[in-house]
Amino acid sequence: MSTAIDNIVNQPYKAGFHTDIETDSVGRGLNEDVIRTISSKKNEPEWLLEFRLKAYRHWLTMTEPKWPNVTYPKIDFQDIIYYSAPKAKATKKSMDEVDPELLETFEKLGIPMNERAALAGVAVDVVFDSVSVTTTFKEKLAEEGIIFCSFSEAVKDHPELIKKYLGSVVPYTDNFYSALNSAVFTDGSFCFIPKGVKCPMDLSTYFRINTQDSGQFERTLIVAEEGSQVCYLEGCTAPQFDTNQLHAAVVELVALDDADIKYSTVQNWYAGDENGVGGIFNFVTKRGLCKGKNSKISWTQVETGSAVTWKYPSCVLLGDNSIGEFYSVALTNNMQQADTGTKMFHIGKNTRSRIISKGISAGKSNNSYRGLVKVSPKADGARNYSQCDSMLIGDLCGANTFPYIEVGNKSATVEHEASTSKIGEEQLFYFLSRGIDSEEAVSMIINGFVRDVFMHLPMEFAVEATKLLGLKLEGSVG
Amino acid sequence: MIINNAKTILSVQELNASIDDTQILNGFDITVKAGEIHAIMGPNGSGKSTFSKVVAGHPSYTVGGGTLEFQGKNLMDLEPDERAKLGIFLGFQYPVEVPGVTNGAFLRLAYNTVQIARGGEELDPLEFDDYIQSKLKLLDMDAEFLERSLNEGFSGGEKKRNEILQMAILEPKLAILDETDSGLDIDALRVVANGVNTLHGDNDAVVLVTHYQRLLNYIEPDFIHVVDGGRIIKTGDKSLAHELESRGYEWILDENKSSVS
Repeated sequence: MSTAIDNIVNQPYKAGFHTDIETDSVGRGLNEDVIRTISSKKNEPEWLLEFRLKAYRHWLTMTEPKWPNVTYPKIDFQDIIYYSAPKAKATKKSMDEVDPELLETFEKLGIPMNERAALAGVAVDVVFDSVSVTTTFKEKLAEEGIIFCSFSEAVKDHPELIKKYLGSVVPYTDNFYSALNSAVFTDGSFCFIPKGVKCPMDLSTYFRINTQDSGQFERTLIVAEEGSQVCYLEGCTAPQFDTNQLHAAVVELVALDDADIKYSTVQNWYAGDENGVGGIFNFVTKRGLCKGKNSKISWTQVETGSAVTWKYPSCVLLGDNSIGEFYSVALTNNMQQADTGTKMFHIGKNTRSRIISKGISAGKSNNSYRGLVKVSPKADGARNYSQCDSMLIGDLCGANTFPYIEVGNKSATVEHEASTSKIGEEQLFYFLSRGIDSEEAVSMIINGFVRDVFMHLPMEFAVEATKLLGLKLEGSVG
Repeated sequence: MIINNAKTILSVQELNASIDDTQILNGFDITVKAGEIHAIMGPNGSGKSTFSKVVAGHPSYTVGGGTLEFQGKNLMDLEPDERAKLGIFLGFQYPVEVPGVTNGAFLRLAYNTVQIARGGEELDPLEFDDYIQSKLKLLDMDAEFLERSLNEGFSGGEKKRNEILQMAILEPKLAILDETDSGLDIDALRVVANGVNTLHGDNDAVVLVTHYQRLLNYIEPDFIHVVDGGRIIKTGDKSLAHELESRGYEWILDENKSSVS
C-alpha cells in the first residue's frame, strides 16, 4: 500500500521545458556597477537608482536568515546573473509581434491570453523572465481609472505613485532578501485602483523563470484607494533545470479606508528531482498594509513547487476595524522543504485576523507552518482565529507547526487550533473497498483536506489549483 | 433463503491468515450460496472480523494458505477495489471519518466507479441526486446527509446507516456486514435491518458478523456459524442463535475441545 502512495505522489514535473529565446544579460555577480547598469538599461530616474544603491549598501551589512527550518547549500550571490530580458523588437503593437516561441510556451502552460483571456475575463500582464511582454485589457481598465501595468512602465508613467508607495510596506531594511530585491529588482507589476472603484475583472499575472541561472527579482505593488476593491491572481510555473535558481520577490499591498484587496497565488515552480537536485529557492517577502479603517487584505496561496520555500504573506492591521486573512495550502513532496506561514500585526482597534493553513507532506519532504500573531498594546478588541492542519502521506516526511503569539492587550481574543493527520491504510482501504482506486482516493482525501482554503480562491483559479494538486499526486499505481 | 441448486457466491477452504506474524485465521471454511443469509458469531478475538477483512482484501493481513473464491474466481491476487467492483461489499464496524470530502461526492464516485466496471452508465450529479432519493428513504436518512463530510461527526447509528446506504447503491453480490448492529439503538437497528432485508434477494448473499443475537431477531439467517480460534467450530440453523443467547458460547467451546481431544 505504501508503494501505491509513493507512486501516486511521485509524478514528474509537467511544465518542465525550456524555451530558446535570445536574451540580453549582464554578467554574473553583483556590485554597484551592475546596479547602475540595470538602472540605466531600464532608463530609470535618479531617485530610483539611489533607492537601489541604498538598498544594496544596506544588504552588504546583512546576513542570510538562519532561523527557517530548511537546509540548502550556501548561495553564491556572485554567481548569479542579476538581469536578463528577452531581446526586444522595439514596442509591440499586437500579439502578432510577440515571439512565436514565447507564445508557444504560454500555450503549453495553458495560460489564458488574447481570446482565452477575453473569454475568461482575465487581464494578463505576462512577465517572461524579467520584462513584461504584453499587457491586455489595459484600455478597458483605464476607462475605470485603474492602472495595471509592468513595474517599469509605472516608473515611467506614474513616478509619483511609485515614489510614494515603493518600500512603504516592506522597507529595504526589512530583511536580507527584501534588501537584495530592492537593489536589483528588474520588473514586476503595478496596480492602482482609484477611490470607489470596484475592479471589474480579476487581475492576473503569470510569472515564468526562463533563463538558466538568472535570479528572478520581481517587485509587485498594489494600491487600493478609499472604498475600492481588487482581486489579484498570481500563478507560477518554471522549466526544469539542474542548477538552483534563486527567486526573491517582494510584494507590497496598500489598502486605504474601506478598501478590499484579495491576493491569490498558485505556485508550481520546479521543485528539483526526487533526489533534491535542482529546483527553485523561493525566498519571498509579501506584506499587506491595512492602512485605512475598515480595510481588508486577504491572502490565499497554494504552494506546490520550489525546492525551498521561505514565505510569510503578512498583514499589518493599522486601520481601526481592519481585517487580515491568510488561507494557505502548502504541498511538499520528494526532498522539498517549505517554511511558510503568515504574520498578523494587530495595531488598530477592533482589528480581526483569520489564519487557515493546510500543509501536506509527502515523500521525504519537510513542511513547516510558522506564524506570528502580534497584538499591540493599543489594539483594543483585537481578535484572531488560527487553524493549522497538517497531513502526512507516507512515513518519511515531516510536518511542524511554529505558532508565535504575542498579546499586549488584555481585551484581545486569540484562538489557535492545530491538527495532524495521516492518509493511513484504514482511510485508503475504506475507499478501495468501495471500488475507488488508490489514486482517486488520495486525490479525493487531499481535495477534501484543502477545501476550506480552495473555497477562497476565485472559481477559475480553484479549478486550476485542484488540477495542479491532482497532477502532483497523479501517477501509476503499482 | 436456501434455494436448491443456487450458485455458489463465496467459497472459502482451509483459509489461514495472519497479521504481524500472529496467525488469526486457522483453517476457515465456509460456502455461501445465492439467496442465503449467514451469521458468523463468536467471542471477541475469535477471528470473525478478520475473516470479513480478509475477504475484502485488507492489506494488513497476509494469507498463508487455503482457497478464497468469489463466484468461482480466485480472489487472492485481487486488490480490494477490484474485489469491490466484482461485487463484494464490506460494511465496516468503525467507518473512517474523512474531513472535507462530502458524503454525496464520495457516494457518487463509488457508484460511478462500480457501474463503469460492470458495464453500466455513469450518473451526473443531478441524475445521481434523483437516483439516491429512494435509497435515502429506505434508510430513513435526510438528504442533508449528502452534504456532510464523510462520516465526520456522524453518530454511531448514522455511520451504520451510511454503510447500508452504500450497500444500497453498490448493489453487491456479497455483503459482509461487520458488527453492523453494535452501537445501534432499537429504532436504528430496525431501520438498518429493514434496509438489509429489502436489499437482499435471490441472487445475492449476506454474511452478518455479529457478537450478539439481537440483530438476528430482525434479519433471519439461514445458517449460523460459531467461530473460535480462527475457524468455524459449529454450524446450525437460527435456533442455534437462541441457544447461544441463553447459554453463551462456553458450552460450544467446551464441546469442541472435548471432541478434539
